[in-house]
Amino acid sequence: MHNSSAPPFGSPAPLSLPPAPGAGSGTGPVISVTGLAKEYRVYDKPEGLFSSISGLFHRTSRVVEALKGVDLTVEKGEFVALLGPNGAGKTTFLKLLSGIITPTRGEARVLGAVPWQRTDEFRRRFALVMGQRNQLWWDLPAAESFRLHKEIYRLEPARFERTRDELVDLLDVRKLLLQPVRDLSLGERMKLELVAALLHEPEVLFLDEPTIGLDVVAQHSLHRFLAKVQAERQMTVVLTTHYMKDVAALCKRVVVITHGSILYDGSLEQIVDRFTSHKIVTLDLDGPPAEDRLKRLGFPYEIRGPQVILRIDRTRIADVLPEILRGESVRDVSVEDVPLEEIVAELFRSEAGQAPAGSQR
Amino acid sequence: MMALLPPSDLQASAREPGPLQAWMNSWRIWWTMLVICLEERLVYRGDFILGTLMRFLPIVTQVFLWTAVFGATSRGDIAGYSRNDIVAYYLLTMVTRAFSSMPGLASGIARSVRDGSVKKYLVQPVDYIGYLLAARIAHKLVYYAVATLPFAAVFFFCRSYFPPLPDASTLAAFGLSLVLSFFLGFFLEATLGMLGFWFLEVSSIVFAYMLVQYLLSGHMFPLDMLAGIPSGIPGVSLASLVHWLPFEYTAYLPAAVWLGKIKGADLVWSLVIEAGWVVVMAVACRIAWRRGTRRYSAFGG
Repeated sequence: MHNSSAPPFGSPAPLSLPPAPGAGSGTGPVISVTGLAKEYRVYDKPEGLFSSISGLFHRTSRVVEALKGVDLTVEKGEFVALLGPNGAGKTTFLKLLSGIITPTRGEARVLGAVPWQRTDEFRRRFALVMGQRNQLWWDLPAAESFRLHKEIYRLEPARFERTRDELVDLLDVRKLLLQPVRDLSLGERMKLELVAALLHEPEVLFLDEPTIGLDVVAQHSLHRFLAKVQAERQMTVVLTTHYMKDVAALCKRVVVITHGSILYDGSLEQIVDRFTSHKIVTLDLDGPPAEDRLKRLGFPYEIRGPQVILRIDRTRIADVLPEILRGESVRDVSVEDVPLEEIVAELFRSEAGQAPAGSQR
Repeated sequence: MMALLPPSDLQASAREPGPLQAWMNSWRIWWTMLVICLEERLVYRGDFILGTLMRFLPIVTQVFLWTAVFGATSRGDIAGYSRNDIVAYYLLTMVTRAFSSMPGLASGIARSVRDGSVKKYLVQPVDYIGYLLAARIAHKLVYYAVATLPFAAVFFFCRSYFPPLPDASTLAAFGLSLVLSFFLGFFLEATLGMLGFWFLEVSSIVFAYMLVQYLLSGHMFPLDMLAGIPSGIPGVSLASLVHWLPFEYTAYLPAAVWLGKIKGADLVWSLVIEAGWVVVMAVACRIAWRRGTRRYSAFGG
């Protein structure tokens, strides 16, 4: 087998950290990243035939910084969500951590190894699942792909069978094992992809948008599955997603990346604390609302039929609520945090560098 | 599904990776890949049968062409080939091409680079070239299973064109040159495919290669016909120049061996050059993969 244990020459990132003895078997962090940066050169292709011809001789290019010096430490057993708008650098980050690409600057250790050296020893200890990219053989039943994984990862037959049966039963996909993968639905394929990725019991799992395109039921069963497997194995998981439901169901820690930098690193609850100043109060009224009274309260409000929705300062909820309830014939009332989607969308819109990054940890 | 067992069920343990263990491990992975590739190929058996039969069409035109050539000349032979020899030669190059041609290999590698599926082989502890080789051997085995019968039928009907069966040592040399031509064809095309790391589209490069290979491999005409043609280098004929290139080993050599055109020291020397090219291209392929993935890591991914 080809073993790329030799450091790649011409590697753009000189390594100064000493090689970790025992490759991450100690008590140190599972993932440690310092000043990790990745630049891409992209070529602009102006419109039109004439520019296309002149482009044969002279191409204009510019450098895009996909990741601008990121620092991150992840301990064993953490379940981290990477959030960010499209093009923020999430996938680039995952590709760096799984060794598919080499950085322009900076250092990273995953399980004590430099990922982009791609040693077989390192590659046996993690897994990467990239949304639609299949590790499964399209024309064959998944059972065959699993058999290949057994050999590639050198799994002991008894242990392989036990792990496979466990994972397959957890996701309730046993009856799909003998069907060609091409005949399966997207959700079924994704479940089997996850089984394939977890057969070798990786210590670190990178998931790039695992729930994209799945219906609510499939999303839910993936959540339950991932939460259970992660907890049982004390696996370290880093996941990128656009669905706040994934984050709420799975991740205690959230890292927000925009424009290639980390904008926020902390718990999900703290995002709500730090980035919202108000709560949403919804009143269900019996009759039409008294608008002049609402105006007098001095909070922004909106009337939707028999409902009134108010945005009220979190610090003043306790004072204001009794007053609101007193004057109206209220059938029902609810006080909620601003929806996560809204907070995160707001976060994404803010320019990188405005908020201090990673101050929570 | 087939349930082929690995050649040895010695359980490979990751704890004691002696050289023999490491070798057994790679062999087991490789064998499983081969079996799975076989199963995958069998999904497309219908396509295969049709493709095999279509391959016999060009030879019919070749036979007609050379019949006309011999009809127009009063000579009994051209460059030492009688009309019968020519027909036998074309049939034999078909056998060689069945070993050395690698349809879709280069373009498949380039496609996996373009669409990113090559990433899988960067993330998993598995060797891409080893996988490609297993897949190609599986491809060929299925092809031979389908093609043996029509090939045998054609050879039976055309038996009068062939000289008497060659002796055992010639047959052995023929077999060896065929096996080597498989590996040579594989590494040549795989290396071409690796150019996909540098160029988005390799189809025009592959096309140029096919053209040169068609001319210089002996697929189009027996290369003995180049013997009298000067190569531009004083004292060296075009035939002896081509002798040092890899192409003739992918079509001409096995056919010429069977027909007894190459014998003795020449034969041994030809096999040595062929084996040399296999090694050179295997190394070139490995280097292209290493440099290609390094470039891919640095610029794309």
